[in-house]
Amino acid sequence: MKNDIILAGVGGQGILSIAAAIGLAAVNNNLYIKQAEVHGMSQRGGDVQSHLRISDAPIASDLIPAGKADLIISVEPMEALRYLPMLSKDGWIVTNTVPFINITDYPQPEEVLAQVNAVKNHIAIDAEAIAKEAGSARAMNIVMLGAASLFLDIPFGKIEEGIRQLFGKKGNDVVELNLKALRAGREFSEKNR
Amino acid sequence: MSKLLMLGDEAIAQGAIDAGLSGVYAYPGTPSTEIMEFIQGSKQAAELNIHRQWSANEKTAMESAIGMSYAGKRAMVCFKHVGLNVAADAFMNAAVTGVNGGLIVVSADDPSMHSSQNEQDSRFYAKFAMIPILEPANQQEAYDMAYSGFELSEKLNVPVMLRITTRLAHSRADVLRKEIKKQNDIKLPSDPRQFVLLPAIARKNYKNLLLNQPAMEMESEKSAFNSYIQGTNTDMGIIATGIAYNYLMENYPDRNCPYPIVKVNQYPLPKKQIAELYNTCKSIMVLEEGYPIVEEMIKGFLNVGKPIHGRLDGTLPRDGELNPNIVAKGLGMTVTEGQAVPSIVKQRPPSLCQGCGHRDVYEDLNEALKEYGTGRVFADIGCYTLGALPPFNAINSCVDMGASITMAKGAADAGLVPAVAVIGDSTFTHSGMTGLLDAVNENAPITVIISDNSTTGMTGGQDSSAHGRIVEICKGLGVHPDHIRVMTPLKKNHEENVRIMKEELAYQGVSVLIPQRECIQTFARRKKSEKKESND
Ligand code: SF4
Repeated sequence: MKNDIILAGVGGQGILSIAAAIGLAAVNNNLYIKQAEVHGMSQRGGDVQSHLRISDAPIASDLIPAGKADLIISVEPMEALRYLPMLSKDGWIVTNTVPFINITDYPQPEEVLAQVNAVKNHIAIDAEAIAKEAGSARAMNIVMLGAASLFLDIPFGKIEEGIRQLFGKKGNDVVELNLKALRAGREFSEKNR
Repeated sequence: MSKLLMLGDEAIAQGAIDAGLSGVYAYPGTPSTEIMEFIQGSKQAAELNIHRQWSANEKTAMESAIGMSYAGKRAMVCFKHVGLNVAADAFMNAAVTGVNGGLIVVSADDPSMHSSQNEQDSRFYAKFAMIPILEPANQQEAYDMAYSGFELSEKLNVPVMLRITTRLAHSRADVLRKEIKKQNDIKLPSDPRQFVLLPAIARKNYKNLLLNQPAMEMESEKSAFNSYIQGTNTDMGIIATGIAYNYLMENYPDRNCPYPIVKVNQYPLPKKQIAELYNTCKSIMVLEEGYPIVEEMIKGFLNVGKPIHGRLDGTLPRDGELNPNIVAKGLGMTVTEGQAVPSIVKQRPPSLCQGCGHRDVYEDLNEALKEYGTGRVFADIGCYTLGALPPFNAINSCVDMGASITMAKGAADAGLVPAVAVIGDSTFTHSGMTGLLDAVNENAPITVIISDNSTTGMTGGQDSSAHGRIVEICKGLGVHPDHIRVMTPLKKNHEENVRIMKEELAYQGVSVLIPQRECIQTFARRKKSEKKESND
């Protein structure tokens, strides 16, 4: 198996913790992993992306070839569209619908969503609302992870384990909140697939 | 030992610690920063008492590492490619002094300029200095090379360069550790004059460096990091260096590339293997990240008619990072492509954080400069470089670390008065202080703004080396105390700050304005950890 994933968002939105959770789950599942991320100045509110590759065989390149990504997970809708050249024909987009508007020429949000809807395989989810319901808007990225988990070849239990590991130091309440966010995201995908 | 998931940078750090490192010296710079940060955060490094504080700049870092090597211990120095320019004087001469304890110089290159001013290739510097290069293809090799690099350095009596690029520095994969070695004991050089580069001694050392070249080549030819991989189709032979090998293999899902390959991860080039490839194949393709250095070299020593393809002849683009698709196109394979980016997608450039003090500085400065017009502000390298973008459009230069003050002085020498320099506190101590001394010595009519956020903000908030002492340093360099003006860049002080700036812009000598307010990112982190401590 192989999952080639583009994680997309804006600097500061927490895509690296999504990557970290999937990474932990993959390692606990004895899979090979490569994850290339963007550091540095571009994180100051600029667009950021991470290439995350998981496989049961050794992985050659740190970068995913164009047109070969199986999945785009984006915590912001316009950023999901930016990486369309990377997506394979049968690939899925899982994106948050809440725009992050820090530029003056941000397109009309309805237009952005219309473009997302034009992609054959997509899940568009208001991750912020679901995270709030789970207990904290800050768990938005974990809702996104839950929604995307349906398309990963990693057992859901291993992803839950990854969350426990990632947030374990912060205490049980934080772990439970994030697990709740994760499950809510997953449920949304199951229903809207 | 268990597998660890590590960035290439972190793998280097761990490899060096496990190899008996005694000290690491560095100045932060993307993509090298995480090496020092990892060692600073490592419990193991703390227990082993490894030196791991940031240096004022890359040159002081390089020189300290040479000093530690002189004392017999294993030292590592880390910076980004342009940092090597700052350290170049010491770096070049370290090849001539040779080493005592093993010395690794990590230079992290940034092809495609993800966060840099240029994409220069550090391998040229190592070739220039005539020392070996280790260039890992993956995180495991990054660990292994840091681990065995000290031994190679001690054996060959030269510093060894460990060259990585952004992609590997900031990509994570699993790494297996090796057993932990003890640190070297203190031991002085057996030749007490080895490190004295007086001409007579330097001439002798330099001859030795030249005599040492065949040994370095031999090390490469028998290095486990270099390999000759057989292939069935000899129409083409491929030389793949460092991470370029991964992009090549990505195009062969079952990993059996039909062409013979020389995988190069250690330099000087393994001539034996390359000559074999050349003699076996009808043409050669060179895949390398950065400049066409290997391509140029082999055109030099193998120029007997067969075509050699790569970045020089346009088979691969001359600039920018490689990736699997670029390599596939170069090999004449068809490539996959996804859908086009919809036209509604807009650029999202980075910007100064909301609430950052630099924002207020630029708002104040733009207003204070109104009567003089635009085009007079020389800036430097740091978060505040983003003042070049809208809505500020406040600065007109960004050339290298420390260039703001000296460029302003040069422009003032040319008659552009007032000329303004904008520099951060960390950059000021990195390489702005000497320029300020030049300006003081000639009483140049410039206004220097040291935008003091008490940290090295752009690279993530490392300690700034003269924290709390900027005013004293300016006084010590001879700036008249009446023209050192400290201010707080806040909205409510706008009018007052503009007034002070106007006064100093009108002054016909060196004035220094020091707006002081901590970076809100480090401020928030500090508050959080203070709160945590008081709860514990
Ligand atoms: S990181 Fe700090 S210095 Fe840099 S833009 Fe943000 S607040 Fe300003």
